[in-house]
Amino acid sequence: MSTDGKFGDYGGQYVPEALMPAIGELDDAYQRYVLNNEDGFMDEFRERLADFGGRPTPLQRADRLSERYDLDVYLKREDLLHGGAHKLNNALGQVLLAKYMGKERIIAETGAGQHGTATAMAAAHLDMPCTIYMGERDINRQRPNVFRMKLNGSDVKPVTAGRGTLKEAISETMRDWAATVESTHYVIGSVVGPHPFPAMVRDFQAVISEEARRQAQEKIGGLPDSVIACAGGGSNTMGTFANFVDDDGAERSSADDPSGDEPRGRVDLYAVEAGGSSLAVDEEAGVAPNSASLSTGEEGVLHGARTKLLQDSFGQIMESHSISSGLDYAGVGPELAHLVDTDRVTPVAVDDDVALEGFHRLSQTEGIIPALETAHAFGYLEEHHAELSGSVIVNVSGRGDKDLQSAIEETDARDVPNAPDMSMFAEGI
Amino acid sequence: MAENEAIAAAFADGPAFIPYLAVGDPDYEASKAYVEALARGGADIIELGLPFSEPIAEGSTIQNAIVRALEGGMTPSRFFEFVTELDVDVPLVCMTYYNLIYQYGRSRGGAPGPDAFVERAAEVGISGLVVPDLPAEEADPLREACDDHGLDLVFIVAPTTEGERLERMMERVSGYVYVQARLGTTGAKTDVSDQTTRSLQRLSEWDVPKAVGFGISSGDQAARIVANGADGIIVGSALVDIVAEGASSERPVEETAAELEAKARELAEGTREGAARRSPDVDAI
Ligand SMILES: Cc1ncc(COP(=O)(O)O)c(C=O)c1O
Repeated sequence: MSTDGKFGDYGGQYVPEALMPAIGELDDAYQRYVLNNEDGFMDEFRERLADFGGRPTPLQRADRLSERYDLDVYLKREDLLHGGAHKLNNALGQVLLAKYMGKERIIAETGAGQHGTATAMAAAHLDMPCTIYMGERDINRQRPNVFRMKLNGSDVKPVTAGRGTLKEAISETMRDWAATVESTHYVIGSVVGPHPFPAMVRDFQAVISEEARRQAQEKIGGLPDSVIACAGGGSNTMGTFANFVDDDGAERSSADDPSGDEPRGRVDLYAVEAGGSSLAVDEEAGVAPNSASLSTGEEGVLHGARTKLLQDSFGQIMESHSISSGLDYAGVGPELAHLVDTDRVTPVAVDDDVALEGFHRLSQTEGIIPALETAHAFGYLEEHHAELSGSVIVNVSGRGDKDLQSAIEETDARDVPNAPDMSMFAEGI
Repeated sequence: MAENEAIAAAFADGPAFIPYLAVGDPDYEASKAYVEALARGGADIIELGLPFSEPIAEGSTIQNAIVRALEGGMTPSRFFEFVTELDVDVPLVCMTYYNLIYQYGRSRGGAPGPDAFVERAAEVGISGLVVPDLPAEEADPLREACDDHGLDLVFIVAPTTEGERLERMMERVSGYVYVQARLGTTGAKTDVSDQTTRSLQRLSEWDVPKAVGFGISSGDQAARIVANGADGIIVGSALVDIVAEGASSERPVEETAAELEAKARELAEGTREGAARRSPDVDAI
């Protein structure tokens, strides 16, 4: 894995000049505290993840899904992390890092509100003032999370530009940062943005696969055959993949791999994107009715990094769409884009309908209501289980409490084969 | 590094007044009238914004201008057509974001990369580029294309730019440097920040024209900044405000153009007045 900020041709630091010194300072702090554990930073991070966050999260065998699909399905339960999603791993790491760096204020963007919520919790826990930017449309889709942020003492600022979703919220947070960079740390919510964010967020999230790899030894007796995670920006994805990326089945000489000269096992990695209502794009309207930048995007530069993007032929960024606001983004992490180009990660997409089917499937068969983002991974499993074999780990990136209103409305508006009749609730709960 | 002659000439006899407008705001024809009004008002160089959908360095005034221009159908192809049709005889600098430069070749059926854009810009008579999301560290491919086609590549010096980073940038800059008057995004303000004075002092040993922008809105401010040692004044939001008002009140294009011309004249005069006021020891830095 790279430390120079480039993943193949992807990554880099495409930001306004005013931000460059802050990014340099952050890179320095990343090297010292995160990579070299200076002043025991990583020890404190791990301790807080355990005591405040509730780590480790379980790796649970999903008995009924396993039977249904004739596979060994295991769930990595990030929905049980404090806050209800994997987002706290990153938010706690970055807010703590900001403290070590002597910063006085936290800003963050949020789409689904899960990252905003996690950042607001971490900021309250570590006593840092915090402002969260959130698209107006997302504020309406995710009200419970807005309340949670406010209850934790954060200031929530609505963003009205564009369609009022994650892309606009990121742009607006970067503008705040450009004015306040000397005192403020920007806690970016996924493995996106300029270096060192993609590498640093991956490292904070990598605790997911560090645990999962160890837990797989105990429960499966070895490596899983496949690992599946949904991908918006790709932070739960990279966190779930990070410690399996080297399990690529390739022969290694002992010089390459000091840990031993045995061939590594092979773990297939699937990143499930939001196919929205269609994988086609409407160039004229500048709209892609999906968020499948790994599957359909072209290389370009957005929000500080070169990566795969949904854009028109001139390079204007498209408005993306997904039933889940956490996946509704026109870009994706540069490292994931590179892993896709090098055939290490397989990008797949499931549409809104199939995601809803996944949502109801997990709720009914395992008693776990997933976030709509996470539901995409289960939609993939429902549709494509026949192509998989052996043992599969699916990352349950978050729980679905925040999505109940949307899930009920969307279910009522469509023909979802496995859904209970929700029409009596569709008018509001 | 190639130096564009038209830009060098614009700084040759005294400080330059450099207005900015987003091209296509609020529509193609009106925008042409507005840019030509700036030239009549005394612009020495004009910065033409090519609208990008994610303008992260822009405050709300210019963001809204960009939205109006995009809604009016502005694209990179139309932008180049616009420049060809413009009737002005001052050097033109294109201000845009890197993705539009990078993708232009692909939109013409070729490979992505900056060369096709720069080649086309040179062809229509553009003299330089400013790219707010492209720091010196990532600029080498564009620097090369600009050298090949005789364009200047203007870098932005922020209040936070110093030391080694400043040196690296100064090795790559051509034409002029854009001295960002304050931290933050573009937008009209009324005070002259002492960050500006400090930036001008840090830059004094570099032999390149220093144009100050971000927040300048009056002839009086322009005069004070030039008196403090600036070689140029860049004004965007204060002019875009006039275009915005014209667009929302639906008054005739000529009226808005006349108002822009008057504002440009005030700023151009302020710029020249500042040079006259400059004390000998300021001249020395
Ligand atoms: C539960 C959940 N899963 C996944 C995501 C997508 O983000 P990422 O792709 O960075 O993991 C989000 C984003 O808000 C989320 O809330």
